[in-house]
Amino acid sequence: MRVIILLCLMLLSVQVVYGQDDLLDLLAEEEAPITDYAYATFKASRVINGQSVELTSKNELSFVIQHRFGKINEGFYGLFGHDQSTIRFGFEYGLFNWLNIGVGRSSFKKTFDGHIKMKIARQQTGATNFPVTIGLFSSMAVTTLKVDETEPPAYFSSRLFFTHQILIARKFGNAVSVQLSPSYVHRNLVETVEDQNDVYALGFAGRVKLTSRMSINAEYFYQFPGYNKSVTFDAVALGIDIETGGHVFQIMMTNSKGMIDPYFIADTNGDISKGEIYLGFNISRVFSFSKRED
Amino acid sequence: MKLKTIIFLSIFLLANISGIAQKYFTRTAEVIFFSEAPTENIEAENRQVTCILNTENGEIAFSIQMKGFHFEKALMEEHFNENYVESHKFPKSTFKGKVVDFDKIDIINAGTHKVSVVGEILLHGVAKKIKADGEIRIDGDKIMLTSKFDLRIEDYKIDIPKAVINKIAESIEVSLSATLTEYKK
Repeated sequence: MRVIILLCLMLLSVQVVYGQDDLLDLLAEEEAPITDYAYATFKASRVINGQSVELTSKNELSFVIQHRFGKINEGFYGLFGHDQSTIRFGFEYGLFNWLNIGVGRSSFKKTFDGHIKMKIARQQTGATNFPVTIGLFSSMAVTTLKVDETEPPAYFSSRLFFTHQILIARKFGNAVSVQLSPSYVHRNLVETVEDQNDVYALGFAGRVKLTSRMSINAEYFYQFPGYNKSVTFDAVALGIDIETGGHVFQIMMTNSKGMIDPYFIADTNGDISKGEIYLGFNISRVFSFSKRED
Repeated sequence: MKLKTIIFLSIFLLANISGIAQKYFTRTAEVIFFSEAPTENIEAENRQVTCILNTENGEIAFSIQMKGFHFEKALMEEHFNENYVESHKFPKSTFKGKVVDFDKIDIINAGTHKVSVVGEILLHGVAKKIKADGEIRIDGDKIMLTSKFDLRIEDYKIDIPKAVINKIAESIEVSLSATLTEYKK
């Protein structure tokens, strides 16, 4: 009998413990695992000059104004480049959350450009795991500068540039993001016979967030040697992103005057050791065309 | 002796059965919040919400995945997670409380009952006592819960920059609904 009572008491005490089970603990156990996608790996569609893995969302239009002043080594006479400027206006539209198209026009070499950018994989943890976000970017640019009609013959095709990039990015925690961008640029017409039409480069980019709305960004495009015989430099850029509501301001120092891929990857002419650095900014603004579902 | 043992065991078993906590549960409760401000109305919906109700004592709990809130505009969603509720630091929001006078509610027969719930909400790492009014509807083997209440953003240390002060209401209207079924371990 005593044994039974003891047994019952034990069972009862187990019951009591079960009854005290915290409801929140129970919910935590029962929660279906969710997939946690990395968001906002970068603040804008560009890290600085180069493309980031970020896309404009579906039915949204980004208007991008990019501006580079003159070389800061002009000194006070030119107010450190203030008197010169090149500008690019661009639009980027989200056909789908994973597919963007864009157009733009640069005053530098009077160039029109168009691009397609897509996201083919997303960094995710939780129910499913994938370590990086992968994007593909392809652009075509056409310079409309007037040229001497005699030499070389001014075929339309001679004005074209093509760029293809794979963008591989990873966000570490909330503050640090890095990106590798293997890049290929094809110029239909090059300056000298020794220059190759194709240029291969590897872009390195990263950012560190200082506050939730501000980050420091850096970028470097390494050109593999042997393709460009004309004097060009690797594009380097250092900048700050500031986000306010629907705008992202990017302020940067870079040795590249051109703001589109074929120019800064394969045709950067600023020699940093001589102070040939340009101050500049990008502003992007998003407009939404989503319809309310109700 | 034998008889006594049997009686004792049956009493024990009976006590045990009635002692099993009856719980009702769902993984797909719905939380909607609505912010009405001079220049913009913002609405977001979340179905990654779990809810459990203990019909023994009226204890109730919710757990909400903050990244499960979906907005009309993608940028709003990004700003909500990154700047306002800081989902990377506080991935979940929870509520734990009790239905007031739950023992007066007939949970066997179909019917609708006006109730109020008191408890503690944990949002953006800030715990705060709240009281909300709602309805409990008993319908067969289902229990339906609905409620609507307001939360003040500043109570939860959510920082709204001056530049967007016209776009985000100081007080957010939260509606929730849940259809619970019996919880089986």
